[in-house]
Amino acid sequence: MSELTRADVAHLAGLARIDLSDAELDKMVGELGIILESVATVQNAPIADVEPMSHPMPLVNVTRADVVRASLTPEQALAGAPEQDQQRFSVPRILDAE
Amino acid sequence: MTQATTEATVPYEEALAAYDPVLGLEVHVELNTATKMFCGCATTFGAQPNSQVCPVCLGLPGALPVVNEKGVESAIRIGLALNCEIAPWCRFARKNYFYPDMPKNFQTSQYDEPIAFDGHLDVELDDGTTYRVLIERAHMEEDTGKSTHVGGATGRIHGATHSLVDYNRAGIPLIEIVTKPMVGAGERAPEIARAYVATLRDLLAALGVSDVRMEQGSMRCDVNLSLMPTGADRFGTRSETKNVNSLRSVERAVRFEIQRHAAILASGGSVTQETRHWHEDTGITTSGREKSDAEDYRYFPEPDLVPIAPAADWVERLRESLPEPPAARRRRLQGEWGYADLEMRDVVNAGLLDLIEETVAAGASPAGARKWWSGEIARRANADGRDVPAYAAAPRRDPRPCGGVGVVGHQRPTQ
Ligand SMILES: [Zn+2]
Repeated sequence: MSELTRADVAHLAGLARIDLSDAELDKMVGELGIILESVATVQNAPIADVEPMSHPMPLVNVTRADVVRASLTPEQALAGAPEQDQQRFSVPRILDAE
Repeated sequence: MTQATTEATVPYEEALAAYDPVLGLEVHVELNTATKMFCGCATTFGAQPNSQVCPVCLGLPGALPVVNEKGVESAIRIGLALNCEIAPWCRFARKNYFYPDMPKNFQTSQYDEPIAFDGHLDVELDDGTTYRVLIERAHMEEDTGKSTHVGGATGRIHGATHSLVDYNRAGIPLIEIVTKPMVGAGERAPEIARAYVATLRDLLAALGVSDVRMEQGSMRCDVNLSLMPTGADRFGTRSETKNVNSLRSVERAVRFEIQRHAAILASGGSVTQETRHWHEDTGITTSGREKSDAEDYRYFPEPDLVPIAPAADWVERLRESLPEPPAARRRRLQGEWGYADLEMRDVVNAGLLDLIEETVAAGASPAGARKWWSGEIARRANADGRDVPAYAAAPRRDPRPCGGVGVVGHQRPTQ
């Protein structure tokens, strides 16, 4: 397994919209590296004859009819929003998006 | 290396003399289901902000999605109409990204197991030739919320201080239809792009699966374009122009990007792989964000939704119930009505096919029906500043077996 680089962590932080200082980046490279190493031991599991599985239940086609159900009221929907304006969720400006 | 995100262009003919365009189109179509893809919220257009939302489409903790059966059915019908294979088993996947238009921090989509794949759509061009567009895949996903940017100029994100989000649209079923790269279209690439989207729109309308109203955003087109030197066989770097939302714009955007790429390559620069924004008013594209790699989205199978496995006999029933393809229908009606090619083209372009068919079914002669709708009513519509199909209520509401179509004209058109 190739080693986690500082650039990898900076890239991931960017995708997750987390602003990391240089010191934090250095710290995270070390900590995440140890975590990845630990998790990597799972790759030693004997899986040669095991089918990949994403869902533990042998179910398919769990669907519902196309029938409208009651939604929340806008007041309920917005009740947990830290900021709201004009019946909409107010969110911070997106950095570097354009 | 030269700056590769300029808007400089070279003349179209010059671009085509040196390069072969490679074109790919991604069309997102909103289905017209009554409810969203994974929850029972209504999908009515124009509702009060955040009045059609629930714990599922707001991504509240503990909420679990359930697939809309009609959404799956529509996806399969679209796939079949596009001559695709239908996957006997496929999964949804999470496309992870952090942007406030999706409160879950991921979009439920499909990744390497689309429900429909390997199809084609034959597109008739204005000169009567047919171009076969190969379809890579059609997959199920969900629409995002709608952001309004505050503080910048006219709702644009640039210079905005914050954004306001309405999640009514988040979770509305979307089908993304992706073509294979079209090679060899040459100077006709813009025309083919437009004809493809128009043909797809007609097909989806005939299927009755979507409103396909580009101006309302229920059908949206992304244009992927790259150039390679004439005779080369390796594709160049592509740009992806997002949200090109009219047929005319599709044609113009392809043309502009051909000219822009050619200007970069001709000056020895290299094209940046990026998304571009289309500007309807000026007819140009400008640089957007750099395109993320697929791995940046960290796709993984959606654990909260079990796989979709359409039964073979269901798929066959859906195949048998497909409507007559629009092109075949036009040929049949033209034969039945005895219209000249030019007459038929005018009728189709004015959107009068359904009206004339109904009027003829109500007893009018094909020639009389055509004259009525494209003459008298078109004149009146023009005077009222409306489309002729806005008068569509007339023939249906007059049950009299009329010999002449004139009688239908006495009714007031409905708004
Ligand atoms: Zn909902």
